[in-house]
Amino acid sequence: MPEKKIGLKNAGIINPESIGDYIAAGGYDGFKKALHMTSADVIAEIEKSGLRGRGGAGFPTGMKWKTAFNSTSYPKYVICNADEGEPGTFKDRIILEQDPHSCLEGVMLASYAISAHKAFIYVRGEYFLPEKMMRKAIADARDAGLLGDNILGSGYSLDVQIKLGAGSYLCGEEFCLVESLEGKRGYPRIKPPFPAEKGVFFQPTIVNNVETLSHIPHIIREGADWYRTMGTEKSPGTKIFTLCGDVNKPGAYEAEMGVPLKELIYTFAGGIANGKTIKTALVGGASGTFVPPSELDMQMDYDSLKSKGFTLGSGAVIVLGEGRSLPEFLFGILGFFQHESCGKCVPCRAGTTSLRNAMEDILAHPRRKIKNEKSLSEMEWLSTLMLKTSLCPLGQSPYFPITSAVKYFKNDFLGKE
Amino acid sequence: MERNHVLAQFEPRQENLLLILHSLQNNNPQNYLTQDDLSATADFLNLTKSSVYGVVKYYTMFSLKPRGRHLIRTCMSPVCRLLGGRDILIELEKLLGIKWGQTTKDGFITLEPSKCLGCCGNSPALLVDRTLHGNLTKAKLREIIAGIRNPSKLINKRGRQCQKKK
Ligand SMILES: Cc1cc2nc3c(=O)[nH]c(=O)nc-3n(C[C@H](O)[C@H](O)[C@H](O)COP(=O)(O)O)c2cc1C
Ligand code: FES
Repeated sequence: MPEKKIGLKNAGIINPESIGDYIAAGGYDGFKKALHMTSADVIAEIEKSGLRGRGGAGFPTGMKWKTAFNSTSYPKYVICNADEGEPGTFKDRIILEQDPHSCLEGVMLASYAISAHKAFIYVRGEYFLPEKMMRKAIADARDAGLLGDNILGSGYSLDVQIKLGAGSYLCGEEFCLVESLEGKRGYPRIKPPFPAEKGVFFQPTIVNNVETLSHIPHIIREGADWYRTMGTEKSPGTKIFTLCGDVNKPGAYEAEMGVPLKELIYTFAGGIANGKTIKTALVGGASGTFVPPSELDMQMDYDSLKSKGFTLGSGAVIVLGEGRSLPEFLFGILGFFQHESCGKCVPCRAGTTSLRNAMEDILAHPRRKIKNEKSLSEMEWLSTLMLKTSLCPLGQSPYFPITSAVKYFKNDFLGKE
Repeated sequence: MERNHVLAQFEPRQENLLLILHSLQNNNPQNYLTQDDLSATADFLNLTKSSVYGVVKYYTMFSLKPRGRHLIRTCMSPVCRLLGGRDILIELEKLLGIKWGQTTKDGFITLEPSKCLGCCGNSPALLVDRTLHGNLTKAKLREIIAGIRNPSKLINKRGRQCQKKK
């Protein structure tokens, strides 16, 4: 399968600071077209396209929009989730830095679809360049009359504002993001109600990922049928995969959904660095799953992965070459979760610390076969407990890397005795 | 800029709290939030100081302790760790003569660990103030630090950075 680009279509080709370049490449045609459509038609088109959220959960975007659309409570809001922080993921940064207008147009279309007159772009605090690019994009769009009051004489008004995070991974979770945006600590809320019902300021709110939003203008412009010609039946379209770790050409590659993992690693990313063989690939970022070499033929789409117990997550593929220590790597991941746990609920606060400590213990005593085996099963039990009882998905995340690591690479943790 | 002028740029609504704290912190030559900043922000937004404090403590980018004029944040997340991020941190500690979390004696550079900077395609990575640097090597680190230190000649006695003449 060759590369196929939607989210990265303009990246590296047009000047990201020039709205003229973007318009010349067909930009804002989708938005102008939508202004002559009804909101319901826009949503129907997105629903028909089968677009699923690219932020990690893969939730159908059209359904989310419809929920917000059907609510009779006003005002409504749209939030672009640009808080990218999942280790191994850098697709949103590339879109924001190299093609900010495509994301902005997506925000505008989402806002138009649910009659929101205010939208926020929540950029993580460390993303200085993406923030700068987006600020310029918003200012330029305003000067071009694409934002503000009575846009292009349509009677529709929209204001887009940038909000900044301040160094919390958890604030990428939609409700934590909403709380953070309201100027509070980024604590999760209990679901339901979902943000589309009661989000920011307890009003209906669409929260969508940058990559998801960057697909919207293309779908509106070219139509849902065109979009459906790519990808699989249940996961149409393309996806950006970020390959990193022990590969020769790390980077962001966009391909149709369902592309085999093997092709991503060996064709796009040029194979394993230093001529080694592959040990495993962690698919989906820190909260993803370890895929053994025997499963490299697997298709990369939500359902194929799910049917085998894996996750697509944000599309990160972290490759580990032969000779890498899995316990060491897993320890890094568990340390990450421990640091990022917000502490609101007990299972996550205490659990992430216990998991990290247990892993540290295993690392310190690699030869204790029986004791380590017991520790491992305790870790599995604890992460399962956390999966069932944590308030938000952060506490539910360690389950995936831990169980997949134990399932496929148990001997790595036991050492030889 | 005076604190009140910074505050006056914002509408007094709680949703602006993070933006206000960012601005106040950036405005401070030592890159941190003073107790007076917190009190003034609380008054401005009609919040209690404790709730502002609670927000400040939650987010890792805010500091209540003075920091150096320049911040180096090294990525300690899994991909960078895998590709030598820890050696980079150790090398930096050696070069600067401080441990992570500390500030050099001249108050110039603070070294902080950070989580994934979204630069995993070029691991190991670090952030110097607002600039990302990837594919780090020991030689590159020395260059980066020299680059930070060099403009120090342009710092005048009042501690403000002079504009470079074009
Ligand atoms: C701990 C955690 C971190 C997350 N971080 C992000 C993130 O950085 N960016 C993002 O778009 N979604 C992130 N999400 C997913 C969001 O909760 C949400 O599903 C997403 O923004 C919805 O947008 P989408 O439907 O377009 O994918 C995160 C979720 C969790 C649980
Ligand atoms: S892991 Fe270091 S930048 Fe992502």
